[in-house]
Amino acid sequence: MPTREETTRAVALLERKAATKRGTRRFVVFIVFLAVLALAYTGYKAFGEAVDDAQTEWAVVGRILPRTDDLTMPPIVDIITEFGEPPQRNSGKPLVAFIAEASLFTLREAALGFFLGMLLGLGFAIVMLRSRWLERGISPYLVASQTVPLVAIAPIIVIWGSKSMGWLPFDWQPWMSVSIIATYLTFFPIAMNGIKGFQSADPASMELMRSYAAGRRQTLIKLQFPAALPYLFTAFKLAATVSIVGAIVGEISGGVRGGLGRLILDYASRYTTGPSRLYASVIGAAVLGIIAVGLVTIVEYLVVSRRQQGRTVS
Amino acid sequence: MTGHIQGSAAGGVAASAAVEISDLSKVFNHGKPNEVHALDGIGLSIETGSFVSLIGPSGCGKSTLLRLIGALTAPTDGTVLVNGKSADQARLDRDYGMAFQTSGLFGWRTVTQNIELPLQLMGWNKLDRKNRAAEMLELIKLPEFGDHYPHELSGGMQQRVAIGRALSFQPSLLLMDEPFGALDEMTREHMQTEVLDIWKKTGKTVVFVTHSIPEAVFLSNRVIVMSPRPGRIAADIEIDLGARTFDTRESQRFFELITQVREVLRFDEDSR
Amino acid sequence: MIAKALRSAAPAVLLGAGGLVLWELILLVVNPDGFVLPRPTEILGSLIENFTEILAAAGTTGFIVITGLVGGIALGVVWALLVSQFRIADEMLTPLAVALNAIPIIALAPIFNAWYGLLSPTSNQAIVVLLVFFPVFVNTSKGLTSVGAIELELMHSYAASKWEITKTVRIPNAMPLFFTSLKIASSLAVIGAIVAEYFGGRQDSLGQFIVQNAASSRYTEAWAAVVAASTMGILLYFVSGGFERVATPWRRDVDVVG
Repeated sequence: MPTREETTRAVALLERKAATKRGTRRFVVFIVFLAVLALAYTGYKAFGEAVDDAQTEWAVVGRILPRTDDLTMPPIVDIITEFGEPPQRNSGKPLVAFIAEASLFTLREAALGFFLGMLLGLGFAIVMLRSRWLERGISPYLVASQTVPLVAIAPIIVIWGSKSMGWLPFDWQPWMSVSIIATYLTFFPIAMNGIKGFQSADPASMELMRSYAAGRRQTLIKLQFPAALPYLFTAFKLAATVSIVGAIVGEISGGVRGGLGRLILDYASRYTTGPSRLYASVIGAAVLGIIAVGLVTIVEYLVVSRRQQGRTVS
Repeated sequence: MTGHIQGSAAGGVAASAAVEISDLSKVFNHGKPNEVHALDGIGLSIETGSFVSLIGPSGCGKSTLLRLIGALTAPTDGTVLVNGKSADQARLDRDYGMAFQTSGLFGWRTVTQNIELPLQLMGWNKLDRKNRAAEMLELIKLPEFGDHYPHELSGGMQQRVAIGRALSFQPSLLLMDEPFGALDEMTREHMQTEVLDIWKKTGKTVVFVTHSIPEAVFLSNRVIVMSPRPGRIAADIEIDLGARTFDTRESQRFFELITQVREVLRFDEDSR
Repeated sequence: MIAKALRSAAPAVLLGAGGLVLWELILLVVNPDGFVLPRPTEILGSLIENFTEILAAAGTTGFIVITGLVGGIALGVVWALLVSQFRIADEMLTPLAVALNAIPIIALAPIFNAWYGLLSPTSNQAIVVLLVFFPVFVNTSKGLTSVGAIELELMHSYAASKWEITKTVRIPNAMPLFFTSLKIASSLAVIGAIVAEYFGGRQDSLGQFIVQNAASSRYTEAWAAVVAASTMGILLYFVSGGFERVATPWRRDVDVVG
């Protein structure tokens, strides 16, 4: 008969193996999906071209589904090779380098926005935690705030940023205004999940903290914050995507140069001279979004899984 | 495994037995490091119309045994017959009703709708369902609560609804898994009287899992005492209390039987 | 009943009114250059002045929002039902949906414009559908799968079929979460439509109205349209709440605020 400790260890090993297997399978599924997507794209294109050749009136093509000419849907091979080609004739750098540079620029805006949004969101959550009255008073406006299309008035924000931030000890850059837009989108899920998470602390544990005469701050740090972690990381993942969205859209509508949003806008306006370039830059945005969520997931794994390991050992 | 205790006191009445179990074993996580022998070589015959309690410390497999009778889990070895057919066939024929420790009522259905649930699944028409639900509400003594939602009821009331739901389609067998485990002592005693009342009125066979010795003794005409790791039958005690009245709980015989069950459980604890 | 509703709304009303008054007063006293952030009364004035134009634009945008919402909800619910019924579907489609959500959907707008034509509303609808899909899918599939062991065991004891379990347990169990996602999706749909309109679509839309006015520094007009857009989002939020109350009568007195 194995001892309990041996059993625990063996089970943990099995679980870890299963998790690795799951991860591998997910990756494979994702690759398969990309392949299926490429196949569907190419297949639909071939179908549409065949229909076009036959001169038949197909209601779907060109209405619910897009037209299939090379200008509307460039061949996949073209899109892939486009990454290696220089976007302008006289520049030596391939497109992928442009996209990478722009992505870093956008990532910086998004990261600042995420960080500020996290502070603001947690701040709101902590304020709302103080009293039921404040929660009832504030939370409807948090919901309402997200119906204000701030991204659409980005130009105003950029002007406002450069005008009213003179008191700061550093020069206010236009990209920081873009971060403000990202912040506006980011703080919302963090505030909402934050309050839900803080309140998810076990009532018995709350009473225990009361019995220790622990203060509000101690209870928050020692009990409510750890209890909220799963909720917070769900929100952080959402916030990571949203901060990238905010940054890209903010750049586009705010007229800020240097980032991925601007790149997409440029290539969209010169679409007829190189449709593949637009596709490539949008793929770049998708990859950036996945990277941002991936970064949060890694942090979550480091923070949460180590805590849980600690829990099973003790 | 040898030496398992043959259940039925009457013996050789397999034809009229509601439940017939032989050489039953159940192993969880078979072949893995966390393998558990939940049950080992169980033999038991439950007469039709009897009230049988399964009692034992946690981990003795009493709930597993109940789930095997209900074919909610499959045995590793051995057979379970319910009303002379395989347990799974009995489940498909809807031969038994079941009540759990938590009521398992659907929060989105009213009390009446909860009681009607199995009838609906069996394709009864609206009028028959309504009539039967009304009958059941009468039986569980909650006639005015048909239109309430479960969360508006107390714990004891919710359990009564769960029992009404289990009995609504008039199965011959009632399986109960610690149905009063979450109730306070006062409500619990009250519910025990109610269940006995329902049992007497309907004449069902009842298999009742509990970890309370007085509860098992008060309710049953047979108490099966089980021991853990691996789960086995340690004793099979006939309860001869006669008709239960208010005084039964204070009678000499009641305490003697409680002591008898407790002794088995304690001896079993000491011998390991 | 009414008194209770009033009391629960009091904090929001008080804070909101206080905020508006503060905004008005600060801008009245300080009034830096005025035009970037106008006073509430100025915005209200502009809203009244441009009412017919803004109402027409809201109609165009509203059509995109509603059709996109319906499409996205249908897609999300069907996807979630598939995932809850078939394990293979779960393993295939769940990670896919998560990856899809990491993509800044709005960045697809130029491509959709290329597909459907710059002035066609279809590209805007496509954006809204994709935006709405994700929260609906995630919440609904969580609701469909997070069913208690006892509920399942009970249904199993009734020899209920897979579809019967879905119909009587999973779907009612998913209702509250579905409606939560509907509230999130309704405001997402408004924002998504407006930002998508920035990239293209019909010219008489709220998104275009905001952008064109902002571009010519008529910020008060832009803000008036923003107010209209917010109103639409809040309206949809309450309509979702109304549907929720009708569809989940058992929760009426459990919790009111989503």
